Amino acid sequence: MEVKERNYLSIANYLERAEQEKVEVKRITLEHPDLSIEEGYKIQEELVKSKLDKGYRIIGPKMGLTSQAKMKQMNVDEPVYGYIFDYMVVENGDKLSLRELIHPKVEVEIAFVLNRDLKGPGITEKDVLAATEYVVPSLEIIDSRYENFQFTLPDVVADNASSSRVVFGNRLVKPDQIDLDLVGATLFINGELKALGAGAAVLGHPARSVAMLANMLGRKGEKAKAGQIILTGGITEAILLNAEDCVTAKLDQIGEVSFILTE
Amino acid sequence: MKPATSNLATKLADHLAKAEKTGKGVQPLTELEPELTIEQAYQVQLVTIGRKIKAGARVTGKKIGLTSLAMQQLLGVDQPDYGHLLDDMVVKNGGQVSFKRVLQPKVEAEIAFVLKKELTGPRVNAMDVLLATDYILPALEIVDSRVSNWQIKLPDTIADNASSGLYVLGEKPVKIDSVDLAQIGMVLYKNGEMMDTGVGAAALGNPAVCVAWLANKLYEFGISLKAGEVILSGALSAAVDAEPGDRFEARLAHLGNVSVRFVHE
Repeated sequence: MEVKERNYLSIANYLERAEQEKVEVKRITLEHPDLSIEEGYKIQEELVKSKLDKGYRIIGPKMGLTSQAKMKQMNVDEPVYGYIFDYMVVENGDKLSLRELIHPKVEVEIAFVLNRDLKGPGITEKDVLAATEYVVPSLEIIDSRYENFQFTLPDVVADNASSSRVVFGNRLVKPDQIDLDLVGATLFINGELKALGAGAAVLGHPARSVAMLANMLGRKGEKAKAGQIILTGGITEAILLNAEDCVTAKLDQIGEVSFILTE
Repeated sequence: MKPATSNLATKLADHLAKAEKTGKGVQPLTELEPELTIEQAYQVQLVTIGRKIKAGARVTGKKIGLTSLAMQQLLGVDQPDYGHLLDDMVVKNGGQVSFKRVLQPKVEAEIAFVLKKELTGPRVNAMDVLLATDYILPALEIVDSRVSNWQIKLPDTIADNASSGLYVLGEKPVKIDSVDLAQIGMVLYKNGEMMDTGVGAAALGNPAVCVAWLANKLYEFGISLKAGEVILSGALSAAVDAEPGDRFEARLAHLGNVSVRFVHE
């Protein structure tokens, strides 16, 4: 059987255009139904290269599909990763315009900052905790470029794991005395409690997410790097946002983080 | 109290008692008495509790139910309910529960309050609760229904002592100063597998608000919450079905762990 020639760069451009023009597009597996996860990452690599060529800087990797519910829904046993760039950072308490986005959703996360590089395979939760300099309370705004937020695994991998915006809290927190899997998280929109969970919602422990990242990157000869801010995945479910939403997350012992979504 | 209500309460309490006697769930009370009101349902509960006290049981505290938005929506209600805790419902931490003691148990993780001061409604608020609290404990509540297949409407569960079954408390009392109750994280495991995570805010936004609600609700019956009483403030997790052989454990931030195992005999 003839394998259909795929131009990863042109698919990456298609997705990047959707992000720039803030329009949802048809998922790529409609045209390429046999697209593999590995090919999804090849497209993501083109996307990342293109952003780097434009002068944007990587803040750190992010993990997606880290909850049991999401992995079950997508029928996978491994999360996905993507990259957060400098232009995606919104300052704590600042405004973000809905005009910059397509159909954003928000989730509460714990971000990690490592004090040394971690390269898989064989990285464990314990290795991660020993190498963790800080944790940071975070809100991640995901914004799939695909119609109705509907996608298969290769689609979402190609789309940089739906990365869009991120807000970090004001504090760098030493995690030594905190059971990160027991950190209670609440998400309020306009003062109303919309979602909640504890750190264990992320693969049983948020540090396990970093370990899996290091192991996934290790397969490609890459590593989770010291100084990067690593988003570990949603503790809460992702909540669809509307204009005029004032979003606040509270994480026990770690802090608060908020932003306002304007028209 | 009108004699008519009393007769109805006695009749329905008898109906529920059949379930405990035979070990089989009974027909919903709301099928027997479609017009059963909330007030009448609480009367049924009080008749049953009165009988148990007469037979030697002692009230150890109260439990608050239907504190999550999800449960309230499921039953189409906009407020919690409550039931009585008795000394024969206590299971020690790490202990076993025979299936002879339960009908169709489910397990929830909660925060338990123990008061050092009496709390009397009306207009008790969350801060009153904090100031009256001696300590808190991690708890597992084993909810159970005497109504077959959990076919309950609000009056059914209220009459059935808010579907109370048994409860397990952790041993380490924790003072509440410097703990934000709303942010206490919780993970519930069944046979080592994570079933659910939650946080204090899952119970009406703050477990202390649940206790305040209870103090104010009890005021309607001329009852107060007494020093030393245990108050199960409401589920932080979904209720998970239990089968013989299952081991449940909850881990709560700041509070520690609490566990129970179900056995056939």
